[in-house]
Amino acid sequence: MGNNVSKKDAFAKHLKGMLGGLRVTLRTMLKPAVTVQYPHEQEAPPTRARGVIALLEENCTVCMLCARQCPDWCIYIEGHKEKRPARREGGKDRTVSVLDRFDIDYALCMYCGICVEVCPFDALHWSPEFEYSESSIAHLLHDKDKLGEWEATVPVAEPLEIGAEVKGKK
Amino acid sequence: MPKFEVDPAVHRGLADARLNVEIDNGDMILNLGPQHPATHGTLRLVVRLDGERVVASDVVIGYMHRGYEKLTEYRTYPQITTLINRIDWLSSFANEVPFVHAAEQLMGIEAPPRAEYIRTALTELSRIATFLLFLGEMGLQVGAITPAFYGFRDREYVLNAIESATGGRFHPNFNRIGGLKDDLPWGWIAETRESMRKVLKSCDEFEDLVVSNPIFQKRTRGIGIIPAELGASYGVSGSNLRASGVDWDLRRDGKPYLVYNDLDWKVWTHSDGDSFARYWVRLQETRESARMVLQLLDVMPSGPVMTKVPKIIKVPEGEVWVNTENPLGEMGYYVISKGATGPFRVKIRTASLSNVSIAPWLLRGVYLPDIITVLASLYFILGDIDK
Amino acid sequence: MRSLAVDIWGGWATTLGIKTLIVMGLIPVGALVLGYTFLLKMMSHMQSRLGPMDPGGFHGWYQLIGDGIKFIQKEDIIPEGADKRVFKMAPAIVVLSTFLMFVVLPGGPDFVVAKDLDVGVFYALAVSSLSVIGVLMAGWASSNKYALLGSLRAAAQLIAYELPLVLAVIGVVIQAGTMNLQDIVRFQASGEIFGWDGLGLPLILTQIVGFGLFMIAAQAELSQPPFDMPVAESELVAGYMVEYTGFRFLFFFIGEFGTAFVYAGLAATLFLGGWSVPFIDVDADIMNVVGPLVLFAKIMLVAFLMFWARFTYPRFREDQLQSLAWKWLIPIALANILVTGALKVAF
Repeated sequence: MGNNVSKKDAFAKHLKGMLGGLRVTLRTMLKPAVTVQYPHEQEAPPTRARGVIALLEENCTVCMLCARQCPDWCIYIEGHKEKRPARREGGKDRTVSVLDRFDIDYALCMYCGICVEVCPFDALHWSPEFEYSESSIAHLLHDKDKLGEWEATVPVAEPLEIGAEVKGKK
Repeated sequence: MPKFEVDPAVHRGLADARLNVEIDNGDMILNLGPQHPATHGTLRLVVRLDGERVVASDVVIGYMHRGYEKLTEYRTYPQITTLINRIDWLSSFANEVPFVHAAEQLMGIEAPPRAEYIRTALTELSRIATFLLFLGEMGLQVGAITPAFYGFRDREYVLNAIESATGGRFHPNFNRIGGLKDDLPWGWIAETRESMRKVLKSCDEFEDLVVSNPIFQKRTRGIGIIPAELGASYGVSGSNLRASGVDWDLRRDGKPYLVYNDLDWKVWTHSDGDSFARYWVRLQETRESARMVLQLLDVMPSGPVMTKVPKIIKVPEGEVWVNTENPLGEMGYYVISKGATGPFRVKIRTASLSNVSIAPWLLRGVYLPDIITVLASLYFILGDIDK
Repeated sequence: MRSLAVDIWGGWATTLGIKTLIVMGLIPVGALVLGYTFLLKMMSHMQSRLGPMDPGGFHGWYQLIGDGIKFIQKEDIIPEGADKRVFKMAPAIVVLSTFLMFVVLPGGPDFVVAKDLDVGVFYALAVSSLSVIGVLMAGWASSNKYALLGSLRAAAQLIAYELPLVLAVIGVVIQAGTMNLQDIVRFQASGEIFGWDGLGLPLILTQIVGFGLFMIAAQAELSQPPFDMPVAESELVAGYMVEYTGFRFLFFFIGEFGTAFVYAGLAATLFLGGWSVPFIDVDADIMNVVGPLVLFAKIMLVAFLMFWARFTYPRFREDQLQSLAWKWLIPIALANILVTGALKVAF
């Protein structure tokens, strides 16, 4: 008798298990889908999203720190020194570094953000822009003009969560 | 971890069953992989089949070896954290934690409490992301298409939380030696609380759709049973071992790390040790992690997230071994430093390599479909095996 | 001599030709409708996504047609070690079996290709097993281990499931007293429920067990989850279809969904009253127009159940399927026949 009951229980449990699955799928079907139809509608990536690295050219001093710190050496920098007239009357001529080439190979870039962090003059920034795919891998090498264009898409840093230490600078 | 005695006969039995591809006795040799949909990438499995029954099998690894241990010798510490993101790519954040802990211990510094809390929250988030994928994927491997999509859908909430905090969905690279790169953005705690509720709800869905399904139970119960002592002797760790009834979790039993001791949580075990137990344990752990994150969000202390570290990090001479409980099992770094900007040698202990090494033993005598079930339930990531 | 030619071309040959063309056209259409409604749209929504939305403008209705055109353009690749003739024939045989089943499916009092076939049910179930020959040929000729395993599984599955399928139908045949599908429809339309003849008597009411068995067995025949071991994309990649590309693969696809369409039609005919609809006389001329639409609606209803299970359940293992068939389905089917027979004799 006891065996009989347990068998009946097992059957009921199996039936419940089978129907439970059907219920889940049916309920999901009747709910609106979560899909975002990408090219037609877009989700805004978060402000911190590491989409692309933008370059603010006038801040760059060709110090090469970013190129050296990059884990896979995907930043190519060339520059030269130029003499400029002194700011004050009678002073010595200044030597300034002029950026000739600043290329980032996004085919190699790992999006780690080390270059942005090590930049001592705040010339590199993250932008959440992500729509820059190319049909050829070679076209992913972007020069300083292109990187400069992205500078416009760099968002303002958002406020921090409650409890965060307020920093004095920046 | 409890000590186990292993009967040597078990190992002899394994040696007998070793695959002899050259001997032609009429059995069929089937190559599963390296490009097979069920091997999550490039794992190759050579099986000797008698009909559909597996006589012997061999796991061939290394198709995706990327040489991380060697690479670390040529990179500085900040650069390494971005590299080791890619070892187990589903739970990158959890990979970073033991490494920065190792470096911090060598340098004798400690991250501020707020940083440790955020680290714990993000580690648990990445655990949830990994397990949600598993919960769906396992359904797919035993033939149900729908759970996989639910897994991907619900993981998205977690990935969004990780992305809005760290800037990277998969490769956060958020840990710095001595703390974190940045504090959390405004509104993150509320958003994450909301997504944790969604995760808990989705766990109920998996319970209905997969766990209580009699077909799923029929396919997984009693398949690929790992005896506790054998599993331990193979180095199987994490949820796989807990599903065999071993009550051992580095978050609780290991050297204390992060802030797990401040939380109220439970280690889940299952006595069966079969594929179903592994699925069940991971489902419970997903719930447990979501609850842990909810707790962490409530008690998050305020303060800085970064201690004072020199601009160029040089780690003093020394050796240290740090192991943590990662989603896939025990992960550890043995770091030897000679005082330079980069380590002298790093040995990486990844969980999947040990977990998958028991596969040939588990696969003896099962049917062809069960290979997939067993492999899926062991849950490995190829990057974690091949390093 | 001339009169004979006129006779042939003007008579049965033309009729046959036209009918063949119509059925040949209906199979892809049925496959497309099922594929679009259920595979693309229902599955997507069950998985909380939208599926194709862009092709054709309205909810991606053009997607499958576009896929079909793409398949036709593809290179026809035959593996090096394949048995080429058999390899080429296999998809045609699968579609042929669908075609042969289609011809007995009645859509109205006169809307049927094979009119008054007295062994209708028997014939339909018999030719349905032809497809497994195509599957076996495909698996064997592909010279691929996965394909071979898949086709052998398909053969084993057929043996296990043909029996419950037939036994499930026998209850209907006993109750209706005929194997002619048209007569079964008429029987259901003219039947009455405890003296009330408003609805007729859809046999699902008395043969609910038979209906359940038929659906389970049909699911196995169609090799859909939870019985999709021959295809089993996570184990055998795609089973017997693994080496097929281009329009040969398209044939398999049409065969799969076309057969699903026919099986849904059979279930609708046997258990839900087929093309008959309450309140309209079965022999009215209008039924030749309304009938197909009614049948189509019922097919969609049955197909919804079939695909709902397909997208929800995981897959059985081959041996578990065998034990399910032999230990449960066949005894239940036999008991069903016994009870039906006893009640038929009693009343």
